[in-house]
Formats: sequence, structure tokens, C-alpha cells
Amino acid sequence: MNKNQSARLDRTKFFADPVLVVTVFLLIAMLLLFVLYPLVILLVDSFLEEGHLTGAIFERVLHLQRFKVAFWNTLLDGMIVGVLSTLIGLLFAYVDVYVRLRSRILEKLFNLVALLPVVSPPFVLSLSMICLFGRAGFITKYLLGIRNSNIYGLGGLAVVQTMTFFPVCYMMLRGLLRNIDPSLEEAARDMGASRWKVFTSVTFPLILPGLGNAFLVTFIECAADFANPMLIGGNYDTLATTIYLQITGAYDKQGAAAMAIVLLSITIVMFIIQKYYLESKTAATLTGKASRARMPITEKRVTAPLTVLCSLISVFVIVMYVMVLFGALFKVWGRNYSLSLEHFRRVLFMHGGLRAFKDSAILSAIASPITAVLSMIIAYLVVKKRFKGRGLIELLSILAMAVPGTVLGVGYIRGFSGGIFHSGILKGIYGTSLILIIAFVVRSLPTGTRSGISALRQIDKSIEESAIDLGAGSSRVFFTVTLPLIKDSFLSGLVTAFVRSITAISAVILLVTPRWKMVTIQINSLAEKGDYGEACGFATILIIIVYAVVALMNLFIKHFGTSKYMEE
Amino acid sequence: MANEKKGIRLDHISKIYVDPKTKKDFYAVKDVSLDIEPGSFVTLLGPSGCGKTTTLRMIAGFESPDEGGIYLGGEKIDELTPDKRDSAMVFQSYALLPHYNIFDNVAYGLKIRKVPKDEIKKKVTDILKLVGLEGMEARMTNQLSGGQQQRVALARALVVEPGVLLFDEPLSNLDAKLRVTMRTEIRRIQQEAGITAVYVTHDQSEAMSISDQIIIMNGGVVAQIGTPTEIYYHPKSEFVADFIGDANFLRGRMLRHEGGCGIVDINGTEVRVEDSSVADGADTTIVLRPESTILDAEGFFPVDVVVSCFMGAYQLYHVMLGDTKLIIHEYNPKNKRIFQQGETAYLSFESENAHCI
Repeated sequence: MNKNQSARLDRTKFFADPVLVVTVFLLIAMLLLFVLYPLVILLVDSFLEEGHLTGAIFERVLHLQRFKVAFWNTLLDGMIVGVLSTLIGLLFAYVDVYVRLRSRILEKLFNLVALLPVVSPPFVLSLSMICLFGRAGFITKYLLGIRNSNIYGLGGLAVVQTMTFFPVCYMMLRGLLRNIDPSLEEAARDMGASRWKVFTSVTFPLILPGLGNAFLVTFIECAADFANPMLIGGNYDTLATTIYLQITGAYDKQGAAAMAIVLLSITIVMFIIQKYYLESKTAATLTGKASRARMPITEKRVTAPLTVLCSLISVFVIVMYVMVLFGALFKVWGRNYSLSLEHFRRVLFMHGGLRAFKDSAILSAIASPITAVLSMIIAYLVVKKRFKGRGLIELLSILAMAVPGTVLGVGYIRGFSGGIFHSGILKGIYGTSLILIIAFVVRSLPTGTRSGISALRQIDKSIEESAIDLGAGSSRVFFTVTLPLIKDSFLSGLVTAFVRSITAISAVILLVTPRWKMVTIQINSLAEKGDYGEACGFATILIIIVYAVVALMNLFIKHFGTSKYMEE
Repeated sequence: MANEKKGIRLDHISKIYVDPKTKKDFYAVKDVSLDIEPGSFVTLLGPSGCGKTTTLRMIAGFESPDEGGIYLGGEKIDELTPDKRDSAMVFQSYALLPHYNIFDNVAYGLKIRKVPKDEIKKKVTDILKLVGLEGMEARMTNQLSGGQQQRVALARALVVEPGVLLFDEPLSNLDAKLRVTMRTEIRRIQQEAGITAVYVTHDQSEAMSISDQIIIMNGGVVAQIGTPTEIYYHPKSEFVADFIGDANFLRGRMLRHEGGCGIVDINGTEVRVEDSSVADGADTTIVLRPESTILDAEGFFPVDVVVSCFMGAYQLYHVMLGDTKLIIHEYNPKNKRIFQQGETAYLSFESENAHCI
């Protein structure tokens, strides 16, 4: 059988749509240049010395004591945080889905806990951890009188990362648990199984792949995390921080490239297992929606301990966030706990805070609409169009998810500081705001694309086909049909991109030049100097800005969103 | 309406798909040739997976044929994208644009064609009147019943005055009663608009009631083309006979043709059947419709009654003739002899009601 004719006709039809063709080519070019090329150059750099293929650079790096320690540190930290986050996430998800919460306050509390890590800069918890439990910590020194408390290291890092990442597991597992058909568990109960037996023999096996999924996602996040190990890691260096220090401290860009390849390999392997093995397994065991509402568990002996445990964790997390505000309000942390706005004044007028907020906001505001539109276009092409290169587009835009910011940063340095393949072409963008914006876009693209893809999959293919059939070309269909139908996803993509950009640090810290001041980098350098008051001041304002943007979006979606006419 | 009726010609078209399980190529549509007259209503009928929807989507341009060519109004359209083809489709799920009201949905195609505003208004108003939705322009699509959504979908396709109207199982999401009303409506509107229509369905009564021509497809190939009566009374194969209505099959051998009839031997009994092209001496199968099979105290063959059931309009029998089960509908049973389960009765039929294949 020969499919040449349909292939030729499909090609002819594809090329009959110039807007589509140009879009696809530009997209592929952009993804190749800004996602794939920086990674390729890292590989090239770490295997090529003066034009010769060599394993020498890798050999040197692999024998570096600093690297070996960082490698095992990264894995250990990822394991610990992965397990803890998954377990706590499961606890929260289980309570959310299976237990009737007695009060609205508890529900609000849980929602807040789920939302906080989304709107907060990545290192906020490290700041408050230091403020509460550090050498001059409020709890350790002031309340307990411990003089030599040491929070820096694996312990502090793991606690902070767990609290940062478990809400993601919570959200993932909540979705899974909601999809379990209650009649499965009722059938087990009916045959005489106890609640515990039902959990271990039905619920747990069903969500096992999902748990693995949550674990790996957290593991990748941990391995890629830069800010927390930087602030609270102390001597506990991970690969992400070691790569940074290799560049800024040892000026060993080739060594950093080789290390980046190692870190990238870890995250990509995890990502591939997660994406292509576990996700399909999850989908296979949990298909479709629950047939009807679940009878919540009401027995006190089950609900009481679970609810109390969750509430305690929630309160702890929220106290940590609130501490950031107080960190900024207390006059001198550790000594003088009277309230003052002095830190805020210094943030805004002494440390160039106004300028930093302006720069960060401007660059993020430029990057986010680009990201949002690009991710929706990619999602549209991937879900609704058939053409060669579609797989490549999807792969590259999703692959970016597994690339740690530090790796991307090093890739951009190696890839663009001397131009493409050190040829001088495109050299001009290095050290400009443009490369920062590009980094922002690439860093947020995968999340936007993912949400766009899942939103588009909900939409019946024939709705767009009907528009095409009535004579609309691809771009017209996209703007008059597709985009209005996924407006909510577009908006949330827009805001997520803004939030991710304005709170980003890992790639930016490697790429930023003194011409641009970034809030996150200010916070990092203030915290490194021990100016926690100012650092907290910065962080507080940043959280308020981000929260305001998210709240605005929610308000907008509520009144102008698509959900009104999509419900049925 | 000012549209130009267009005929459609499918010239030996085939479509190859990959089986998702075995990863092997197979023909979803194989060597289908059709000539659809301008202004006629043609139905592609067949079980699911027979290739009817794929054929329709090739006409619309959503799929490209692997072999053969498609002509619309004499012009080859294979290389045209769906938006450039002079066809409009009514989708199974209606596919109304949920963010537009009815007016904007119907006006969508006209806006693309850059029709002046007041003309759009007039055309939309007229077409909504034709489908019986006048005055509902401002409603959103989710405020409509299934039947109304169907009418909007039809209006939206009609208003652009396409050369051909394509229907992809448009009534399958409606309840049984509404289906019957809507199919009459669709036929009326098609006649009034005088437009060529290609209609895909798996519902044989729907196909019978609205079509000028029915094309029965099975396994990707055309099994038979004909008017509803031709197909019902003169099916070419057991598949067609069985798919359209109920059918009983009696196996025998054609002995000879005489006096405008065929004589068939069934287990030693000679019966007269309708004249046919089956050669003398060849094995043949007689197709008998349940309503034209007679059960009485005497007849050609003795049969055992295994089910006898009063259905109101008719008495339903299942009878055994040797190993062959036959279904018989005895209409207006009130004044007839009713056989009970376990009784022996005799089966017969008029020669013109017995079709040989």
C-alpha cells in the first residue's frame, strides 16, 4: 500500500496556508536556537577542545572532589525531598478528597497552602527559615535561647524544599484521587474490607504510578532548584549551585558546561521516565471521571488525626510566609523586635529597589505575553494540526521543562557570548535585556504549552473543523475560534509566565548584567550579606505584586472567562 | 437560493489508515467510485467502520485520498484545503461556536466571504426562518435544545450557499422521536434549497426515508448503489439484504427460468421465485422479507413455531425450517389464524416477493 498521494496532497494543502507555514518555520527555528542549541553547545564544549574530540574535560570534572560531593548531594536531597513531598502531598490530597472538612476555614487554609508556592519567589521559605531557626532565629534564640543553632545544610534545605514543593504533589494527587470511581472502593468495602484495607488494596495501587509521577516531578524541581541551596544550603552544595560557582568563582566555563551536562542528564532521564512511562500508566489505571459523588469519611477516629496533622502543617507553612513580612518589619532581627518601616524605606530608596522592581516588572511584562501567545500557538499546532515537524515542536517545547535554569543559563553563556558556535553570529544579544527576555520565555513556555494542550484537548475537534469548512484559514480559526475558547488557559498562561519571570533567579543570575537590576538577584545578594531585613522587605513587596496580579486574573476570568458558556 | 447545484464525482478513491493496534496499513476506503447528480440527496449508509465518514471527510477536504481523485462540479478539488472547497458540512456534534450567539454562528461563513453587513443580516434572518428559528438570533448556543442546535448547524451550512451540503450523522445525538421529525425537515429544506446533499448515517430507516440514492458501504468498499426501493427489494448481497431491514435467507439451487419466473429447488421442493440473472444450475439464496412471508395451515414447507408474540401491529413469529431460523411478521393479525409456540405451520410466499441472489 502506498500513501504517497495523500502525503503529497497533505503537503500541498499545508503549503497553501502561508501564515501557517511561516509560523511553523519560525517556531521551529526559535525552538532550535533557544532550547536545543544551548544544550548542544554544552555537549560540544565539554567534548571538544581546540577542535579535537576529547574526554579530558569530563575526566577532569568527574575527578573534582567538589563535583563528586555535589553530585551525591543533589541525588540525596532529591530523594529525601521527593519522598517527603509526595507523602505530605498525598496526605493533603487524601484529606481533601476523602474527608469531609468541618469548616470553611480549613478549606480556605488548604487552598491558601496550595496557592502560596505559586505566587511566592522560590527562596522565600529559606529566608523565613533562617529568620525563625537560624543563629539569631526568633524561635531558636529568642524563645528557646539556643545560641549556636545551625540551620544551614541538608536538614534546613530539605525542610524548605519540602514545604515549597509538596503543594505541587498535593494538586497532582488531588486530581488523581478525584478520578477514582468511588464504586471501586465501595465494592471493596462491601466485600468486607476495612478502611485501611481499602486504602492499601484499592486506592494505593491505583495511584501508585501517580505517586511515582509526583516523586519524579519533585525530584526534578529539587535538582534544578538554585535559590534555596544557595541561601540555606551552607556547605551543602548541589550541582546547580556548584555549576554557578564554577563559572563565577573558578571561571571554569568548560568545567561548568560538563557539570551542566551531568545535571541535565539526571533531570532528562527522570523526566522521560515520568512523562513517557508513568504518565501513561496513570492514565491507564485511572480513566474517565468518577461516576458519582464520593461519600466522605466521617468517622472521627479517621478524620480527626488526619485533619489535625494537615492543619498543623498548613499553619506552619503559612507562619513561615507571614514571617517574611515580620522579617521586614522588625527593626533588628535577633535583637530588637520593635516594628518599623525602616527596612522598606531602605529597600526602596537605598538598594535601588524601585529600579529593580521596575526592571523586573518591565522585562517580565514583555516576556509574558510573548510566552502566552507562543504557548497557545504551539498547543494549537500540536493538538489540531498534522504536519511534519509537529513532533519536534512538541518535544522541544516540553523538553524545556526538564532543563534546569542553571543549565540553560550556562548554555546561553557558552552559546551566545561568542556568537552561534563561537562564530560571532548573534553575538549581539548576549548581555542585553533581549537574552533575559528569551530566557524568561523559554523557562515559562513548557507550563503554558502544557496547559494550552490540555485545554485544547477538551475542545471538540469538529468545532474548529466547522470554521475551516466555512472558509476560515488557520490564522482566522486560531484567533476567532481557538483562542476565545481557551481564553482562560491563555490568561492563566499569561499570568503564570509573568509570575515565573519576575520570581526567576537560576538562569537570570548567570545572564544579567549591571545594566539591569533584578529583584530576585537583589534579594539573593542581600541575604548572602546577612541583610535579612532588607531581603524580607524585597520579598514581601514581590509577593504582594505577584499576588495582586494573580487575584486580578482570577477576577477577570470570573467575569469575562470562557467557563460561562463552556459549562454544560 | 442562488447557489449553483454541483455534482460530485469520486473517481476510484482509496484511503489507507494505520491500525493503531497492529501498526499495519489497511484500506479504510477502497476503490470507491460514485457519480452524484446535482441537486440529489445521496446517503452513505453502513455499519461503523465501513468508511462512510472517511469518504465524506475526503469530500470535505479534511482527509486526503491515497488513490483516485475527487471532482466537484467537474473541477478536481484534491489539492484544495477544506476552507477553499465549495462544500459545507453539518457535524455530528453540531460543532457550533460556543462563544457566539446564533446570529454570529450563522453569519460566520458570510463574514469570511466579506458579504456586506446588511446583506448578512437579511440572509441570516431568511435562513433562520427557513429552519424555523426566527427571533432567536440573540440566544447563546447552550440555551438551545439539541434539535434547535441541529437547525442552527444546518442554517450555518446552508447560508453560505455551498455547491454541496455534507451531513455527518447529524441526527445521532437526538432522541428517537426528534430524529424522525428532523429527518423530514432536512429533506424539506434540501428540496426547497435545491442543493446537492451527501448524508452519512448508520441508521437504515433514516437513509430510506430521505434519500434519492443510497450507497451501502461495507469494509471500505461500496456494496450497492440504488434507490431505497431497489435496495430494499433487490439487494445484491446477503450483507445488503440483512443491513436494510430484516431478511430471511433460504438456500437452494436455481433449476430453470420459465414464464418470467425462476424455479428454485429447496430441499427437494420446487418453488417459484422472481426472475433473476442467476444462471440455471447455480447455487442461490432466496431473500424473503418477514412481512412478505406467509404462515398458514398449508404452504410450501412445514415449519416449527418457536416464538409467537403479539406486537400490536403484527404477530411476530420465529420459525424453524430445518436448521434455518426465519422471522415472520404477520400484519393485521386480528382476523388471522394465530399459531402458538410448539405448533407446526406451513410457510409460503408470492413468487414476486422472493428475490434471488
